[in-house]
Amino acid sequence: MKSAVILFPGTNRERDMIAALKKVTDAEPAIVWHAKTALPDGLDLIVLPGGFSYGDYLRAGAISARSPIMRDVVHRAEAGVPVLGVCNGFQALCEAGLLPGVLMRNASLKFVCREVRLEIVNAQTAFTHLYRPSQVIRCPVAHHDGNYFADEATLDRLEAESRVVFRYAQGSNPNGSQRDIAGIINEAGNVLGMMPHPEDLTDPLHGSTDGLALFQSIATTAQEKAA
Amino acid sequence: MKARIIVTLKQSVLDPQGQAIEGALAALGFDGVGSVRQGKIIDIELSDPADAETRLNAMCEKLLANTVIEDYRVEMVE
Repeated sequence: MKSAVILFPGTNRERDMIAALKKVTDAEPAIVWHAKTALPDGLDLIVLPGGFSYGDYLRAGAISARSPIMRDVVHRAEAGVPVLGVCNGFQALCEAGLLPGVLMRNASLKFVCREVRLEIVNAQTAFTHLYRPSQVIRCPVAHHDGNYFADEATLDRLEAESRVVFRYAQGSNPNGSQRDIAGIINEAGNVLGMMPHPEDLTDPLHGSTDGLALFQSIATTAQEKAA
Repeated sequence: MKARIIVTLKQSVLDPQGQAIEGALAALGFDGVGSVRQGKIIDIELSDPADAETRLNAMCEKLLANTVIEDYRVEMVE
């Protein structure tokens, strides 16, 4: 499986992401600097990792979403290449218009860094099919702007179309997100954004490997496509 | 040519920062504050005044404001 990780100035969670991808795909992901205008050919996955691109200036993910490489990311996403945005990557995908809504400042106004219980609401996506429906996993969050907001009509539509993929399990919403939304997918089912960090639960030394199934889901989907 | 862009959260969007400011004002003894909403100001100096308003509005739509949650206003300063 061929993957690429996009680096923006201020991205800082790429190491964990690269380690998770290496572990699951047995291949080195391509690291692509934001100023490039083209991604490598034949990608099975594009990842926008977490961090504080451009210091969250203007709005979290706003500047990185308009950087040169994003034109090709949008182009590939429209062509069906799977795209995963985690944390700051989720914020950038929303700002780029690949996902609806926006991640606002946490309702508490505080940076939250802790483990939450995450419910797999849709276990039939290319990113989650190795989880059980309604399975609740452990997953860390670390963000200041994770408060998912969209208008009521958009929220209703996301729910009706099973596009809410992850929810903070009852009582564990760390940021005030509407309807406890932690991760959503686009209409075509190939662009997923989520605030929690599945890459940080991929090794027994992390204390849990609950995040592995996400990467394995993506890898098996890619294998099935190739076969 | 100078312009000032004022970006504020839409009325329908909760503004916890505004609420925190409101609480702090009350704590300082400022009475009679109904509500506080905060936003940002972006000053832009245009080197070419042609189609200024159209260009500034396009800048707001494309980058300066996220119209899912924010309203913007363009003021010509001079």
